[in-house]
Amino acid sequence: MEIQPILFYVFSAILVVASLAVITVKNPVYAAFSLILAFFTCAALWILLEAEFLALTLILVYVGAVMVLFLFVVMMLDINISQLREGFARYLPVGLIVGFIIFAQMAVVLGPDTFGLDQIADPVKHAADYSNTKELGSVLYTVYVYPFEIAAVILLVAIIAAIALTLRRRPNVKQQNIDAQVRVTKEERVRMVKMTADKKDEMNQ
Amino acid sequence: MLELILTTWDALPEILQIVLKIVVIVVPIMLSVAYLTLAERKVIGYIQVRIGPNRVGPKGLLQPIADGLKLLMKEIIIPTNSNRYLFIAAPIIALAPALAAWAVIPFNAELLLSDLDAGLLYILALTSFGVYGIIIAGWASNSKYAFLGALRSAAQVVSYEIAMGFALVGVLLAAHSLNIRDIVEAQAGGVFHWFWLPLLPLFVVYFLAGVAETNRAPFDVAEGESEIVAGFHVEYSGMCFALFFLAEYANMILIAALTALMFLGGWYSPFPGLPVIGEPSIIWLFAKMSVFLFLFLWFRATFPRYRYDQIMRLGWKVFIPVTIVWLLVVAVAVLAELGPWFD
Repeated sequence: MEIQPILFYVFSAILVVASLAVITVKNPVYAAFSLILAFFTCAALWILLEAEFLALTLILVYVGAVMVLFLFVVMMLDINISQLREGFARYLPVGLIVGFIIFAQMAVVLGPDTFGLDQIADPVKHAADYSNTKELGSVLYTVYVYPFEIAAVILLVAIIAAIALTLRRRPNVKQQNIDAQVRVTKEERVRMVKMTADKKDEMNQ
Repeated sequence: MLELILTTWDALPEILQIVLKIVVIVVPIMLSVAYLTLAERKVIGYIQVRIGPNRVGPKGLLQPIADGLKLLMKEIIIPTNSNRYLFIAAPIIALAPALAAWAVIPFNAELLLSDLDAGLLYILALTSFGVYGIIIAGWASNSKYAFLGALRSAAQVVSYEIAMGFALVGVLLAAHSLNIRDIVEAQAGGVFHWFWLPLLPLFVVYFLAGVAETNRAPFDVAEGESEIVAGFHVEYSGMCFALFFLAEYANMILIAALTALMFLGGWYSPFPGLPVIGEPSIIWLFAKMSVFLFLFLWFRATFPRYRYDQIMRLGWKVFIPVTIVWLLVVAVAVLAELGPWFD
């Protein structure tokens, strides 16, 4: 038997279990770790699909940066689990409706009509010297240049909005001017004082 | 004899061949880590006008072996209220990416384990994963000091990773490739053909960000023994503690290797054209790595620890703007086909 199907099923099983763990485990830190595991196995699956650029970027961006910040916050929270569970029955119907809508949307978009086996041809196996990074780059900056630029602008707006929302101007706060601290010279801080030395026998008196 | 070895090598199943290759890479790394600790103590010793360890073996040469044995024999204490599994997993998670990253490091044009096309991305992805060892250790220890160390480390690594990534973007702009072997081969020629000159600010930023990324002095606030005792590894003992040190030193060697490969022409000789010493050789790579490793030790002996807010300022307000500006300069230079690097 080929090794690729085995790897696929192993990674898929881990991915499904990890994703379920994200929403079922009690401890939020464990949930964050499960999410990291899910990202990681997902990247492994993408590598099996020969999408190594996307897979490595997924690890770099989500595992390496986003999840670190997630953990940063989650670890500092002191959450009372029983309090969170109180309204479970009350919110269940709303949750079910939202879940059903999401499922229906995904079924419409990802169903066999658009992604079925007869709709999409088998992927072509590429030789080892094929670089999908290069392919992706050339398509991204030619065919999809407008969507790409628009996505970049939206991200920029989001960054500026996040900074603007969290920036508090507090006028009466003292702040260190680090540039001035770094530029400081010896002459500004040290005053040399000339003194005549005391004689030893004078001190003993 | 050689033929016999070659025929038995070919007869081995492929998976065993790969495992053997991994052993051939990992064992020297572990030995280098052991002797880097001795070198560190000796170098800092001489900088501070003392001799350093000189009791175990001739000139103290067996000191790392003795240290390793001592740590192996020590009891691993697991704090009562800690999270056992994550507590044990943390040092393993710290070490694994430090070793796995070596899979794509070429030692010369032929000698490499995996000729990965996206090698540079793979390295970035794996080095960004190493911080989890520290974060998990800090959280699982259930100790204030360890937790503070973990938080500091998380914030610091995330900040410096951006500058590091931008510096590497400059390298791949210049070399037109993510493959580390191709990057080195784009620098073929003497000292002035290497990327350190056109990418000088990126070279400096990359190495300093590497020092920060490995949590070495003067950026070692995650340990900060004068303020938070020993930071993230305060509760660790025995071999678990040793694994954190193995990871830190393996990462130092990795950063030294990457800096040498990407900015100083890797295995190319600084004197091309001369007989014998002009040949590209693995020895040149090791010599360049040694220089950077010495810098790591020199920094530690020279600079006082950065204040935390100043680390953040350096990362966000100095390094990142410098790299962004220099990326534009490199892009223009590549378009203008500025010689001798980009023609």
